[in-house]
Amino acid sequence: MSEIIKVGMADLKTCIAPDGVTTLGLGSCVGVAIRDTSCKVGGLAHVMLPDSTAIRNSIANIAKFADTGIEELVRQMEALGGSRKRMVAKIAGGATMFNYAGKPDTMQVGNRNVEAVKKKLEELGIPIIAEDTGLNYGRTVIFYPESGEFHIKAVGKPLSII
Amino acid sequence: MSELDLETVTSQYYDVLKELGNIGAGNAMTALSQMIGSKIDMRVPQVELLDFNELGTIIGGEEQIMVGVFLGVEGDISGSMLFLLEQSSAKHLINKVMMGMGSPDSPEFTEMECSAMQEVGNIITGAYLNSLAMITNLTIFPSPPSITIDMAGAILSVPAIEFGIYGDKILMIQSQFFDEVEIDGYFVLVPDIDSYAKILTALGLPV
Repeated sequence: MSEIIKVGMADLKTCIAPDGVTTLGLGSCVGVAIRDTSCKVGGLAHVMLPDSTAIRNSIANIAKFADTGIEELVRQMEALGGSRKRMVAKIAGGATMFNYAGKPDTMQVGNRNVEAVKKKLEELGIPIIAEDTGLNYGRTVIFYPESGEFHIKAVGKPLSII
Repeated sequence: MSELDLETVTSQYYDVLKELGNIGAGNAMTALSQMIGSKIDMRVPQVELLDFNELGTIIGGEEQIMVGVFLGVEGDISGSMLFLLEQSSAKHLINKVMMGMGSPDSPEFTEMECSAMQEVGNIITGAYLNSLAMITNLTIFPSPPSITIDMAGAILSVPAIEFGIYGDKILMIQSQFFDEVEIDGYFVLVPDIDSYAKILTALGLPV
C-alpha cells in the first residue's frame, strides 16, 4: 500500500516510490519536486522565501529558502541512493495572491521564489522538465516519483498533470 | 534598531496583543453590525503564535476555501493586514449586505458579491485599524483592500512569508462571531518587526 507523505509550509520530505509526496495550498510559495529517473527516489520542498543570505537569523529552518532548501532536499535524496546526475525537477506555485500596488516587494515574492528556484536548480545541474507557476491562484500538488507525474489541483479548475 | 524576537514575546506582550486584537475585532464587529443592521455577538478572540505547519489545522485545513481581504498599512507603522473569512460565512454576510439579493447557496461569487465583499472587508479592517490607531495614538493609514477567494493555505502564504523573514511562526487572531449563524473570522496583522516595537512602546511597554 503506497503512502502519500505530507509536506508542510517551509518544509521538505523525501520518499521512495510507490509512495508520493504532497503539499496543500501553495500560494506564493513554490513546490519543488525532484526525482531520480532510475531509482525511484523522490522528494518535495515547499519553498517560502528566495534567499537565505538576505535574512538575518536564517539558520533556523533551512527548508524555508530556495537556496538552502533545494540543496538539503538533494542531499537527503542522495543519502537514499539517488544520484544528482539522474535527477529532474518539476515546479509549481509562486502565484501572486493579491493585486496590490502598495508593496511591490512583497507582492512579487512569488516570482522571486520561482526565479530563485530556477537559479538553484541550474547551479546543481538539475533540469526543470515541467512547470506550472505564476498567475494568481493557489495550488495543491501531489508528486509521484514512480511515474514522475506531478498533479496540480486548483479551486474551480480541472486537475492538471504535468 | 530593536531586534524583537517573536519567540521571546512574554506573556505580558501576549496579553497586550490579545487585548488589542479584542478591541480591534470588537470595533470591527460593531461596524459590521451597523452595516447589516442586525446584532452580532462575538466570543473573546484567541491570539495564537503558530508554527507554519500548524496554520492549516486551526482553520480547518489548508484546502478550505476562504475569502481573504488583504491590505497594506502605512503611516507611523508599516506592514500589512489580512482578514480571512470562511466561504459560506462570507456568502451569508454578503447576502445580508445586499439585502437578500445575494446567492448564499451557490459557492460562486458574482461580480456584485465580490464588490460587496470588498466593502465588507474595507469596513471591518478599517474599524480594526482605527481602534488600533486610537489606542496607540499612532497614525495608521490602510490602503484599499484587495480580495481573493482561494485555498486557506495559499492565502495565508502571503502573511506567512512576511513573518518568515523574521522567524518560523505567525501571530494570528481568531475571532468567532455570530448573528443567526456562526461565522469564523481571522485577523492576521503583520506589522514590520520595527513596527511591533513602536506599537508596544506607544502603549508604554518596555521593548
